[in-house]
Amino acid sequence: MTTRSDMRAARGLRESATFDRATIADIRRAAETGVYDIRGGGSKRRLPHFDDLLFLGASMSRYPLEGYRERCGTDVVLGARYAENPLHLDIPVTIAGMSFGALSGRAKEALGRGASAVGTSTTTGDGGMTNEERRQSKTLVYQYLPSRYGMNPDHLRMADAIEVVLGQGAKPGGGGMLLGQKITERVAEMRTLPVGIDQRSACRHPDWTGPDDLTIKIQELREITDWKVPVYIKVGASRTYYDVKLAVHAGADVVVVDGMQGSTAATQEVFIEHVGIPTLAAVPQAACALRELGVEREVQLIVSGGIRTGADVAKALALGADAVAIGSAALIALGDNDPDYAEEYEQLGSAAGFFDDYQDGRDPTGITTQDPELQKRLDPETAGRRLANYLQVMTMEAQTIARACGKSHVNHLEPEDLVALTVESAAMAKVPLAGTDWIPGGAVGHH
Amino acid sequence: MSTAIDTLIFDLSTTTLREANQALHAEDLTGEVLITNPRGAHAVAAGVDAEVQITVEGHVGYYAAGMNKHAAITITGNAGVGVAENMMSGRVHVQGNASQSAGATAHGGMLVIDGDAAARCGISMKGVDIIVGGSIGHMSAFMAQSGRLVVRGDAGEALGDSIYEARLFVRGEVSSLGADCIPKPMSQEHHSELRELLDAAGYSDDDTRDYTRYGSARRLYHFRVDNAASY
Repeated sequence: MTTRSDMRAARGLRESATFDRATIADIRRAAETGVYDIRGGGSKRRLPHFDDLLFLGASMSRYPLEGYRERCGTDVVLGARYAENPLHLDIPVTIAGMSFGALSGRAKEALGRGASAVGTSTTTGDGGMTNEERRQSKTLVYQYLPSRYGMNPDHLRMADAIEVVLGQGAKPGGGGMLLGQKITERVAEMRTLPVGIDQRSACRHPDWTGPDDLTIKIQELREITDWKVPVYIKVGASRTYYDVKLAVHAGADVVVVDGMQGSTAATQEVFIEHVGIPTLAAVPQAACALRELGVEREVQLIVSGGIRTGADVAKALALGADAVAIGSAALIALGDNDPDYAEEYEQLGSAAGFFDDYQDGRDPTGITTQDPELQKRLDPETAGRRLANYLQVMTMEAQTIARACGKSHVNHLEPEDLVALTVESAAMAKVPLAGTDWIPGGAVGHH
Repeated sequence: MSTAIDTLIFDLSTTTLREANQALHAEDLTGEVLITNPRGAHAVAAGVDAEVQITVEGHVGYYAAGMNKHAAITITGNAGVGVAENMMSGRVHVQGNASQSAGATAHGGMLVIDGDAAARCGISMKGVDIIVGGSIGHMSAFMAQSGRLVVRGDAGEALGDSIYEARLFVRGEVSSLGADCIPKPMSQEHHSELRELLDAAGYSDDDTRDYTRYGSARRLYHFRVDNAASY
């Protein structure tokens, strides 16, 4: 078959790698509108990622465990450092923070249903806690964000854990944005804002600056909740080694590190693609920081940003994570980018599999919208079951790999089980290039 | 911890803050509470959710009376960063000065500061009423969403930057106004509103005609490229 691009090549036409089609379209769009591009999702460019790592299965020098027969544990305890009631989750895959506002109430409910069905946690987002999600989430983590939209001490006391959010992988150093079309009456009321305005969420907390203040802030949160629930600190991956150390000093029970593939509901494209570091580069830095402070396993590490499969879960755990969090993947499991809506995506100027205009509020699947009619398309029970299925598959996949490496618990996976396919990923993950004993680059923490 | 007639007393030189706060979170808490020797402790009387009168004798550190609901809390000294932050209801009275971010993000209730308040007073306020006897620092009422801020003295730079629907009343000088914050006329409704606030805070002698009202020009409510220079 001769494609159109083959024909162009035959005519000597050559596409620029620098000014490729997407770049040309971006420049044209900027020239026409005078505004930068705002979109949802995470980084779309190719980055060194977990795909660049491989496991060394057991053979002569290690022996594997029998699939389906020998036990391979998947549970994880989060927050035992200071909290009276740490979380005990059945699987090491949690649902990341996503707001009611960015998502419909039904989507939040579906996330709660799916997570609860398989014994894991879900997380609120900017804008507060809704009754639907509290009711449907057996274990609910309450985000404490710079905007404090909908921040209510009653909800804080109803939460199973508190996540102090400093940033997210899609935009470390950036605040939130929820455009007017999604600020319906209910969303506006929860956030104490006028209906229909373009809402900005602050990028810095209003009543503390720096790690010493954060220590005192965490003390306050613990005093208010009588030291019962774990306190997480979430950071977008950038200076991860230092951030994790400071988070531990500030008194975190759990540190959440979100790499640049992590999604957002809305931010500038330039932010998503050019600020922050890949998840793969962040995990070893975080693990090293915990190890150096002597709090490995005592302070748990949750990693997010581009986790899609049980292989990704296993690789994150092997590099030092205690659990992972998923956002985009969970939405896809609910039905995001469903090919059944291909025509409607086309009408929006997008396509199934490409849609990222979560800021726009016209999501045909009814997930990232506040439109009352579109929302009805998502049945929370069905979508919740889909998510539960997907979480189960990921867990079984991670177990498959762990057994092949001879581990009776997925958290026994270790860097020694991994090799890298590329020089870049070897340097970032601090594991040897496959077939060599070469780990390029300097040690973590001494840069 | 000891009981003297109807007053619960916590002496923080002999009782831990944890013990005191735990007791203040008791479900059936009523009556009066006295906290002595706070010595700058943080999170004193934070997270109270009861119709109770609490007096803190002395100076407190960060987040005193944080997230208060229903309680009337008086601090006889100065307060550190974030006093009454995210208060939902009730009343917090600081008889001295307050540090930064007083009343930050508070949703309701009343915060009275007899002295001055430092920078970011009323930042992101979401419905609280704040009355400051003295002056306030820079970036106060930043992104203030709702509620009223009354300042009997002066306001520092960038007052009400990116303000939403909060109403600000200042008697003295304003060093500068932040983006989208403008002076607004005082109607009879605003005079009455201010009168009530001043009376409630114990400043009945003030003449509301000496005050200027500030609020949002609402020009930045929608993101427009023409406003880029304001952001």
